[in-house]
Amino acid sequence: MATLKELSKQNELLTGGHRLCSGCGIPPIVRLVLRAAGGPVVATTATGCLEVGTTIYPYTAWRIPWIHSAFENAAATISGIETAYKALKKKGKLPGGDKDIKFVAFGGDGGTYDIGIQALSGALERGHNFLYVCYDNGAYMNTGIQRSSATPFFSNTTTSPAGEVIVGKQEWRKDLTRIVAAHNIPYAAQASPHNWADLSKKAEKAMRIQGPTFMNVMSPCPLGWYTKPEDSIKWAKLSVDTCYWPLYEIEDGILKITYKPKEKKPLEEWLKPQGRFKHLLKPENRNLLEKFQARVDLEWQRLLDLDGKRI
Amino acid sequence: MAITMTKGQAGLTGNSAIAYAMKQINPDVCPAYPITPSTAVIEEFASYVADGDVTTELITVESEHSAMSACIGASAAGARVMTATSSQGLALMWEMLYIASGMRLPIILTDVNRALSAPINIHCDHSDSMGARDSGWIQLYSETVQEAYDNLIQAVRIAEDENVQLPIMVCLDGFITSHAIENITLLSDAEVQGFVGEYNAKTTLLDTDHPVTMGAMSLPDNYIDFKHQQSEAMARSKDTVLKVAEDFGKRFGRKYGLFETYRLEDADLAIVILNSAAGTTKVAVDELRKKGLKVGLLRPRLFRPFPFKELAEALKDKKAIAVLDRADSMNGFGGPLFNEFRSALYDAEKRPKVVSRIYGLGGRDYKVKDAVAVFEELKTIAETGRVDTLQKYITL
Ligand SMILES: Cc1ncc(C[n+]2csc(CCOP(=O)(O)OP(=O)(O)O)c2C)c(N)n1
Ligand code: SF4
Ligand SMILES: [Mg+2]
Repeated sequence: MATLKELSKQNELLTGGHRLCSGCGIPPIVRLVLRAAGGPVVATTATGCLEVGTTIYPYTAWRIPWIHSAFENAAATISGIETAYKALKKKGKLPGGDKDIKFVAFGGDGGTYDIGIQALSGALERGHNFLYVCYDNGAYMNTGIQRSSATPFFSNTTTSPAGEVIVGKQEWRKDLTRIVAAHNIPYAAQASPHNWADLSKKAEKAMRIQGPTFMNVMSPCPLGWYTKPEDSIKWAKLSVDTCYWPLYEIEDGILKITYKPKEKKPLEEWLKPQGRFKHLLKPENRNLLEKFQARVDLEWQRLLDLDGKRI
Repeated sequence: MAITMTKGQAGLTGNSAIAYAMKQINPDVCPAYPITPSTAVIEEFASYVADGDVTTELITVESEHSAMSACIGASAAGARVMTATSSQGLALMWEMLYIASGMRLPIILTDVNRALSAPINIHCDHSDSMGARDSGWIQLYSETVQEAYDNLIQAVRIAEDENVQLPIMVCLDGFITSHAIENITLLSDAEVQGFVGEYNAKTTLLDTDHPVTMGAMSLPDNYIDFKHQQSEAMARSKDTVLKVAEDFGKRFGRKYGLFETYRLEDADLAIVILNSAAGTTKVAVDELRKKGLKVGLLRPRLFRPFPFKELAEALKDKKAIAVLDRADSMNGFGGPLFNEFRSALYDAEKRPKVVSRIYGLGGRDYKVKDAVAVFEELKTIAETGRVDTLQKYITL
C-alpha cells in the first residue's frame, strides 16, 4: 500500500472545485477508492449528492470515464458496463487495445440500502467483477435529509422529525453489510474515511479480488448531521470508537474486525455534537439514549463473537 | 434451437423469428428478463448462447428495470445491445426508457405487445408500447412474423445511424403474431451481418485514455438544448428509416415504407389500424370492394417519429376515416393513434371526417365482421356528412 506521502503526490481522479459541501465525507472516500484501482477504472454513481455535486453540465470533476443514469440502478448499470467490457475484450475491440479495467459503483445509503437493494442483490448474485461502494451518511441528504433505512436510531430527519409524540426515527438501522455478505461474495467490508490506511487497504483488496466486492463506508455530512465542516473526520472516528460503526471485513466467509478501539467510548460522545441527536440529550429522553447505547453494545458484542469465525 | 429451412423458408412463430434475427445479428450484450408473451425470445436466445451459436454475453438480470439499466451501461460502454419484453416489463422499464433515449444510446428492443394490468391479462393490446410513445424511442410496428423479422434487422441500422443515435422498439402482437407459425423467408447469416455491419461507438466508457462523463446533471441553462437536439434527431430518423428500408428492399427484395396502404388510392372510406389486425381488415376490404364499396386501409409501420405529412397526404382525399386503436388513452377523447391522425389531417383542405374506435383490448377478438361494421358506419358518415358518435369501443 502507498504511504500517505506517496498518496498525496498522485493525481486526483476526482478533482477539486466540485460542489459537494465543505466538510463532506464523500470526496475523500471516492479519492481513496479510485486510487486503490492502481490503473484504468470506470465508475458509475447513483443519483444523490455525489452525482449532483460533481457533474453539473458543462463541468465534471471526474478524470475517469464515469456515468450516472438513475437512482436505484447503479449495480445494474455497472453490470452492463462490465459485461460490455467482457464482450468487447473477447472480440479484441477494446479502445486503445487490451487492458485490465476495474469497475466501481458508488451509491448513497438511500440508493443502496433502500431503492437500490434489488439491483445490488441481483448484481452480486450474478457475480459481476466490480466493487460497490456505499457512502453511508445516514439519510437522503441530496433531497433534504429524509430518513433512510440506514438512518441511526432516533435521529431527527425531515421525514422522521423529533416530534412531541414520536421522537425521531423509531427503527434500528438495516445491517446492509451483513445482508450483502449473505450473498456469499468474496469480500465485504465496513470502513471510515478517518482511517485512510484501513480504507485504502480494503479498497485495494476489493479491487484485486475477482468477482463482486462491497464496501460500506461511513460518510460524515455536516449539513444533515448539523455539525461543523472542520470536525467531520473527528465524528467519523468517534462513530468507530463508540462501536456504532465497527471496522471489519468478511473475506471468503471469514469475519475479521480490523480495528478494535482500546477504550470503547460512550455513544453519547458521538451523539452530543450532532444536531440530529440534540433531542436525545434532554432529560426526558434519557431512556432513548440508554436504549440506543444498549443496542450498540449488543451489536458490538455480536460482532466480537463472530470475530475470526466463518459466518 | 435448430431451425429447419427449405430454400430459405421456415415455419416460425414470431418469437422464434425474433430470436433467430437476434442470433444472426449476434449483439455484444443481451440483458434479459422473461415475461409472457415474449418469454420465448429470451429462452431461445439463451439456447443460442448456451450452444455457442452466438458470442453474445447474456445477463439474466433480476428485473426489467435492471435489464434496461444494464442495456444503458453496456451501450454507453460501446456494445451493441438488444433485449425483449412485454407489458409490465416495458412499464417497469419506463423510467429507464427516457434515460436511454436522452443519452442517445442505440439500444434495440422487441416489444411483444400485451395489455397492461389491471386487471392482469396476458393477451394482446398496444397499451404497453403506446404508454412508451413519448419516451423518445423510435417505434416500428409489424403486421406479420416476416415483417417483425425484417424490422428487427433494419432496426439495428436505423438506431446506429450517425444522424439518429436513438433507441428503437420493434412491436409485434402478443400471441397473434408471437405464437402463430408463419412460413417466412429467412436471410442467411452472412446477409444479415453484411446488412447490419459492425458497430463502432464513437464515445465509450471503455476508452479509459479519453475519459468521458455521461449523464451529467443539466440545469435550465442547457437541458432544453439537449432535448431540442434529441427532438431533431427523432425527426431526422424518418429519412433514415426510408433509406434503410430502401437498401433492404434492394438487397433482399422485400419493400417497406413508413406505412402500408391497401386498396387505399381510390377509396372514399378508410380504416387506419396497426399490426396484425390489418390482416383481418384487408379481408373486410376485399369483401366490401366486391360489393362495390370504395374502401381501403392504411397500416402505419413507423409510429415514432410520426410521419404526419406523408400520412395526411395519403388520407387527405378520403371522405371518412376510422382510426382503430388497440389502446385507450383514458382521456375521454379516443385512442392515441386517433388523436395523432386527426391532428395530422387538420391542415387538409377537404378535412375528412375522422372517428375513433377502440377495439380488441386484452386480446378480445377483432373479426372481419367488426371491420365491416366500421366501414358501414363510415359509409353513413360519408353520405350524411354527419358524425353521430365520434368515439366508442367496439368488439364489446
Ligand atoms: C426513482 C427516484 N425516486 C426518488 C428520487 C429522488 N432522490 C434523488 S437523490 C435521493 C436521495 C439520495 O439519498 P442517498 O442515496 O442516501 O444519497 P445522498 O443524497 O445522501 O448522497 C432521492 C430520494 C429519484 N431521483 N429517483
Ligand atoms: S449534504 Fe451532506 S452528503 Fe451532501 S454534499 Fe453536503 S455534506 Fe455531503
Ligand atoms: Mg445518504
